[in-house]
Order: sequence, then structure tokens, then C-alpha cells
Amino acid sequence: MAQAAAIGGAFEERGASRGGGLARRRARIAFLLCLPLILLVLALVIYPAFYSLHLATLNKSMTRFVGLANFAFLFKRETFWMVVEQSVIFAVGAVVFKALIGFVLAHLVHRLPQRGQRAWRGMLLVPWVIPPAMSTLVWWWMYEPSYSALNWLLAGMGFAPVPWLGDPYWARFAVILVNVWYGAPFFMIMYLAALKSVPAELYESAEIDGANAWQKLIYVTLPMLRNIIAITVLFSLIVTFANFDIVRILTAGGPRDMTHVFATWAFKLGIESNDIPLGACVSLFMFPILGIAAVFILRDVHRRSRELAGVAA
Amino acid sequence: MLRPEVAAPGAVKVASGDLRRQRRWALWSAYACLGLFCVFFLAPPIYAFVTSLKTSQEIAALDGNPWLVRDPTLANYAALLGSSTFLRFFWNSVKVAVIVVAVTMVIATLAAFSLARMRFFGSTVLATGVFLTYLIPETLLFIPLFQIFTWLRDLTGIEFINRWWILCIVYPTLTVPFCTWILIGYFSSIPKELDEAAIVDGASTLQLLLKVFLPVALPGLIAATIFAFTVSWAQFLYPLAFTTSIDQLVLPAGIVTNLIKGDVFNWGQIMAGALLTAAPPVLIYAFLMDYYIAGLTAGATKG
Repeated sequence: MAQAAAIGGAFEERGASRGGGLARRRARIAFLLCLPLILLVLALVIYPAFYSLHLATLNKSMTRFVGLANFAFLFKRETFWMVVEQSVIFAVGAVVFKALIGFVLAHLVHRLPQRGQRAWRGMLLVPWVIPPAMSTLVWWWMYEPSYSALNWLLAGMGFAPVPWLGDPYWARFAVILVNVWYGAPFFMIMYLAALKSVPAELYESAEIDGANAWQKLIYVTLPMLRNIIAITVLFSLIVTFANFDIVRILTAGGPRDMTHVFATWAFKLGIESNDIPLGACVSLFMFPILGIAAVFILRDVHRRSRELAGVAA
Repeated sequence: MLRPEVAAPGAVKVASGDLRRQRRWALWSAYACLGLFCVFFLAPPIYAFVTSLKTSQEIAALDGNPWLVRDPTLANYAALLGSSTFLRFFWNSVKVAVIVVAVTMVIATLAAFSLARMRFFGSTVLATGVFLTYLIPETLLFIPLFQIFTWLRDLTGIEFINRWWILCIVYPTLTVPFCTWILIGYFSSIPKELDEAAIVDGASTLQLLLKVFLPVALPGLIAATIFAFTVSWAQFLYPLAFTTSIDQLVLPAGIVTNLIKGDVFNWGQIMAGALLTAAPPVLIYAFLMDYYIAGLTAGATKG
């Protein structure tokens, strides 16, 4: 009985107050239902995140507080600045190409007759479905210097063989290429879903006004897709910035540490060289980008949850 | 349809024929462009498949087209499926994935039900927080988590590092936030009249959830399940950092650390292993593509 009454409270949002006791009991049930989630997030996300701040201030054997000495040590190392540079190049370069390719693909698929779209979409999303660690292995094999299938194709077209992973700059290109290959389909799917939600009338009236394809793109499609483009780019920037699998498997940071990104370098220092505080230090540099993203996303989510609340009430 | 009735049918026909030719040309160029991208996207898996059918001798021979196979053999697959190491990895992966999916779905469903329908102090903050949690990458957390588990071992005497089940503890941090977010969206789209009717009929909270919400939000549940499974199946960093011995490793990390040893690469087996590892998520995708895509796009397009 009491339980039924408590659920009855589910409708109380509009009825405001039908006795504070009921509302309180209902709120307690609601809170209990969320408790596992809250505990999980507190114990395994929030706490570790703050714990890494603490770890970053310890010495290597974690026995002594050294303040910001770890950071000072990092700033003096050339490798650190190389990692910063490569992380930015990797993330920005990959996201730009993923977004562009995804945008073009979404348009091409959207233009096809309805019944053909499924098959094309299905094929184009395959890179996203394969576990990235496994597809990176395949890329590694395609880049392999002596048996490289890619160099074989290049030779067939009359180009000289490329030292894909042997030369630092080619290696930087190679890791970005794999990331673009893996991530572009995700952008395509997002943009395709968004394109489908643009009302056809907008294009029709633009056409009546004499707009050409380019003008329709600039004045109808882009404004309508602005939000989704912003949010996918932001998400992807975070994920790409924090990417680990691709660099780890393809180059493990080499040649000459020039392909290390924050995640792989943190792994190398923290887990492989057993210097946990220094590793924690390095991974903390992923926070700023997260912070910036969080501000933008919070704005969006706030609007969204207000809408949700609007629906619920 | 009305066009033939326009005053100058001839002129219109020419114009529309022109337009049709233009459209057809645009369509064919779209097909050509998409075809090129398909080649780019599908070349790696196809090349992996071709290599997996080759013997080591054929791979080592530098003559001929590497994209073709002369004497196809299933020996690489047979060797993997007959190796206790690979089967061990596979079995560990299955255990981890099943447990993670179950845990994720229970936590996410309860929380989403509460956040979509009920209010309590801080519930809107929590809904936002869940979403932000999803954005915290695992590469930020693996070092503190590693240290926490070492610390817990010293405290309790239980070994956490290098046990496969540790993955069941850490993977939910990757799956639960997004699954909760998807399910909040699905649950809020259920009309309130439905639960009102159920409650008038005397349903309890539990019955409301089990008999009304779950069946109605089934597509959302499937999408969330697929997401949780693919994430836990593909995770690479945590197993690489937390597990090392052969009997505790799961698939992607196991393949990378164990099939690649020393200077001799058995590429045929590595490629066969990569394909076998990719098979479960790819099969799920092939059969449940719409749910898979719904799960992907749910995060961003709702709102």
C-alpha cells in the first residue's frame, strides 16, 4: 500500500503538494534507484580523478610530497613539448579530416535513392564497428616496411616506397590516417541522421528563391546542422585527444618519441617505467581540453534537461 | 504529373529531360565517390582476410600481388581455434562482456527510470553529471585506478591487479553513463498517461518499471546493450594496464601482447586473430544495424 502511494507521487509534480511525507518517500525511492550509479561514479570516476591530482604531487616512490616538482621536471624535458605538439596535431588534424569526410559522405548517401541508402550506410560504417585495437593491427601490417601492401600499390602507380612508420613525419601522418579511417564513419552517421531531420520545405523554398546547390549548403544545411556539427566535433576532439590504441599499437610512440600522445606517454611512464606520479602528471594535461568541452556541453545539456523537465512536468 | 498539361509541352519535356540527365549524372558521380570511400574503408578488413588465408611461406615471398591469395588455407584459423591461449582469451572476454553488460543494464535502467520520471534533491545535477562522466576518458583514469587497486590490495590482502574480474569493476565506468543517458531519452519519450493507467490498475513501482517501461523502451534497451557489449569487447587500455598473465587476459590486449612476440611475426595468425576478435561486434552490427545506429546517434541528436 505504502509503496503504491509512493509511486502515486510520481504524478505529484503537477499536483505540487499532496502531503510532504509522500513526496519525501517518493524522493527517497528515486534516490535509492540512482544510488548504484552515484556510487559507481563517485568511487571509480570522481575519486580517481582527484586522486590523480594528489598522485601528481608525490615523488617516484610515492613516499614524499614534492609539490609541483613533477611538473617542473616535465616542462624541462623536450619530449614533453613534443608530446604536447603531437597531441594537438593528432587531435586537430584527425578531427578536421573526420568531420570533412563525414560531411561529404553523409551528403552523398543522403542524395541516393532511399532503398539504396541502407546498404551503403552499412558498408561505410564498418571501420567504426571493428575494435580499434584490431583494425590498427591490420594497418600496422599494411604499413609493414618490407611487405607493405600500401607500398605495393604505390609502386604499381609509379611512386617510390614510403617509410610509413620508420620516418617520424610519415609516422605522424600514418597514425592520423588510421584515426581518420576509424572515425570518419561515425561523423557520417551523425550528420546523416541530422540531414534527415532538416525539413524538406526549407530546401524547396530555397530552390524557389533560386538558390543553387552551394547556396543551399551554406544558407540551409550548415545553419540547420550547426549544433550537431559543434557537438560531434567537440566529442571527437576529446576522444581523439585521449586516444591510446592507435599510437600504442602502430608506433608505441616512436620513432624518436615523435608520435607519442598524452595517453601513450602516460602509459609508458606510469605503467611501464613504474613512475606513477609522473604518469599521472602527464595524463592530467588532458584536463584542460575536457574543461573547455565541459563548459560548452553543460550549456547544451542544461537546455536539454530543461526540455526534459518540461516534458516530464 | 501535371507537367504534360502545361501550355508548351515540348519545351518542358526538353527541360525536364535535361534535368533528368543532370540528376542521373549527379547520382552516378555520387556512386563513384562513395565507391572510392568504400574501397578505402573496406581495404583493411579485406586485406586482413586475404592475409589470414595465406601460409607463412606465401606471406614471406615478396613476389606477386600481396592483395591476392594463391593457395588459400584455413590453417591459421585452425591453429588459433586449437590453441588453448586464444580460447582462454576468448572465454575471458565473453565472461567480462556478459557480466559488464548485466551490471550496466541494471544500474543504468534503475537510474534512468528514476531520472526520467521522478525528482529528488540534485536529480537534475546528477543527469548532467552523468553525461559529463561519459566524457572523462579512460586514459585519464587508468593510472589513479591502478594505484587505488594496489592500495586496496595492501589494505585487504586481495589481489586486484592481474585478475580478469577487475575489468568487470572498471568497465562499467565506460558503459553506464552513456547507457543511462540513452535510456533517459527513451524513458522520457514514453507518454505519462501510460504509467498513470498502470498505477490506476494498482501497479507498484517495480511492476511499472518491469511491465510498462521495459517493454515499451525495448529498442532503447537493445541499443544500450549493444553499446555496452561493444565497448567492453573492444576495450584495450584497461586490460593492457591491469592484466598481464595469459590466463587473465582478454581478447584485443591478449592478441596484441601474445601473438606479437620477438622478431618473428606470424602475420597470418595475427590477422586471423584480429578478424575472429572483430567477428562478434561485426555480427551484432550486421543483424541489428538499426539498433546499433540508434544507440550511436541517440547521444547527440535528441535535442
